[in-house]
Amino acid sequence: MEDLKEKLKAQLIEQLNLEDITPADINSSDPLFGEGLGLDSIDALEIIVLLQKEYGIKIEDTKKGKEIFQSIDTLAAYIEANKKS
Amino acid sequence: MNNLTIKKYVSVKSDALRINGEIALANGSSADFGEFMKHIYHFYKVSYLKFFKMDALSKLGFIASKVLLIDDDSSRFEPEEKAIVVANRSSSLNTDVKYNQSISEIPSPAVFVYTLPNILQGEISIHHNMKGENAFFVQEKPDVPFLVNYVNILFKTTRTKKVIAGWIEVDVNNFYQAFLMDVEESDNNSLIANFDIDLIQNQLFTE
Amino acid sequence: MTRVYLESDNVITSLGFTTGQNFSAMEAGISGIHISENNELSLNPFPVSLVDKIRLHEEFSGISKNEHTDFEKLILLSAHKALAGSAINPSSHKTLFILSTTKGNVDLLHKKSGNNQDVRLYLWHSADLLRRFFNNPNQAVVISNACVSGLTAMITGMRLIKNGDYDNVVVTGGDVVSKFIVSGFQSFLSLSPQPCRPFDRNRDGLTLGEGAATVILTNRNPEKLPAVELVAGATSNDANHISGPSRTGEGLFVAINKTLNGIGEPPGFISAHGTATPYNDDMESIAFNRAGLQEVPVNSIKGFIGHTLGAAGIIESVIGAGSLVKNRVIKTAGLQNQGLAQPINTIKENLDITLRSFLKTASGFGGSNATALFVKHE
Repeated sequence: MEDLKEKLKAQLIEQLNLEDITPADINSSDPLFGEGLGLDSIDALEIIVLLQKEYGIKIEDTKKGKEIFQSIDTLAAYIEANKKS
Repeated sequence: MNNLTIKKYVSVKSDALRINGEIALANGSSADFGEFMKHIYHFYKVSYLKFFKMDALSKLGFIASKVLLIDDDSSRFEPEEKAIVVANRSSSLNTDVKYNQSISEIPSPAVFVYTLPNILQGEISIHHNMKGENAFFVQEKPDVPFLVNYVNILFKTTRTKKVIAGWIEVDVNNFYQAFLMDVEESDNNSLIANFDIDLIQNQLFTE
Repeated sequence: MTRVYLESDNVITSLGFTTGQNFSAMEAGISGIHISENNELSLNPFPVSLVDKIRLHEEFSGISKNEHTDFEKLILLSAHKALAGSAINPSSHKTLFILSTTKGNVDLLHKKSGNNQDVRLYLWHSADLLRRFFNNPNQAVVISNACVSGLTAMITGMRLIKNGDYDNVVVTGGDVVSKFIVSGFQSFLSLSPQPCRPFDRNRDGLTLGEGAATVILTNRNPEKLPAVELVAGATSNDANHISGPSRTGEGLFVAINKTLNGIGEPPGFISAHGTATPYNDDMESIAFNRAGLQEVPVNSIKGFIGHTLGAAGIIESVIGAGSLVKNRVIKTAGLQNQGLAQPINTIKENLDITLRSFLKTASGFGGSNATALFVKHE
């Protein structure tokens, strides 16, 4: 799980063009949206693309996305529970 | 109406960033587009993380507008009195090609949103809180007489007090050129140049 | 003072190839939206409004034998039809052509014959084709402001005529539905799985539409009445977000205020943008309330023909002008139960009332907004 979280942080930084932010700057339990990383609705859509591309997970309901995308912790837990192995 | 005047103008080309025709920052190492934009960003100590999410056209327009308005007192006019009139040759074709490549895998919404040229006006409007008139024209070559006329119409017939006007182009071969003017009614003590077709076309734009 | 009138027009959509066919179909409640299984557009079936291509090729062959893309045929045919019903001289130096489009021939990028050096990919090239087709001597103008392109093009034409630059402006807009556009809106999760339902509490996204439209603006006094005048217009920016509508309706409110400034009475109805995305329609309801227009009848015709992008503002203005003349506001197809951030007077059934004016509004990506006021002369 910790490995997955670190990997996710690196993937988010890459996919969302988060300049001057390193995985160490992201606290796994901190909110991803709003303050913090300053992500917005387009970033949320890009995270959906990331989940599909890297983990084969499809999210079609944006309302569901809001809960899943709360933090690195919630995102990792969702991937663990849903990834195609 | 008073005569219109160019308070300041900025150009960005692969060799340098120029302010009022003078080189402000040379691209000494001939860095590529992205590196040069980042260099200007850091040189002017800009702090705006959204910049790094923009496509090339919006980055170029954002940087040019940032340098243009860096010492402007934004409180002199209401947001809805500030307009943006921009033209270019390739619309968003540079990003269209990139987005089209992503379709075969998983289409990227963050790339798709930039496949509209007027997004750069949105980016400039957001950063500088400009809510006035907006128009994006696509022209084979810069049509200075048309743009000057249109800006004049805005001042004459709408509540416009300030126009950011010019040319922001990034083509499919990554050739790029930005030329932006800050146009206002003349107050006699801030005159850099008259808002004049011949002057812009034959001198300012080509510097 | 120079006045600018709508002299002649044309609309081409799934519902027909003339303004009359489109208006009659909408009056009769007929929708042009169907479920497409064309996997060149999308691997999953999806609702969309498409122009009948066989008829397009047939009708176009009647005016030219030259090879053209579907997009080019659409805009040329639309302009041709509008000019055929007009007394203006398209080849006069006092006539200007303006093209409104978001993506033009972008579908050439995913066809094998196309590459990114193809000159037809450039929007100015399409506009040049248009003005050359009608032997017009003036460099044509292209406006590409996302979903507000069409209305911005009309406002620009009006301003150039009022400024004395031209006597007539032929404003043509168009966009084709391509995989490029469909996949993009899908990636934004913006497309409804059903035909779109503007202003409805269960609305869940927009439907794309294909089409072209032309309106000829002129300073000549109308030969017959009733006639419709384009009185005023404004554009604005939300200065809020590049894709999400403003939560306060700020930009739209600014544009409406500027357009209605000095006009005594409220408009007879509002032809809204009404895309049927949850946020857009909420935003419009907030802006209309802020402008004090909550009692004014509002419709959106996107439930009939989808969102036709670069053509939308022109199509909706032309259909709105038809409503003015006939004193009949077209219903909002797809609307059952209004559910908006703030209450407004949306129209669920055709409404027959005496009309003198209407307000057309549009909002789109880039935070852009455009609004225009049309007044009837009898």
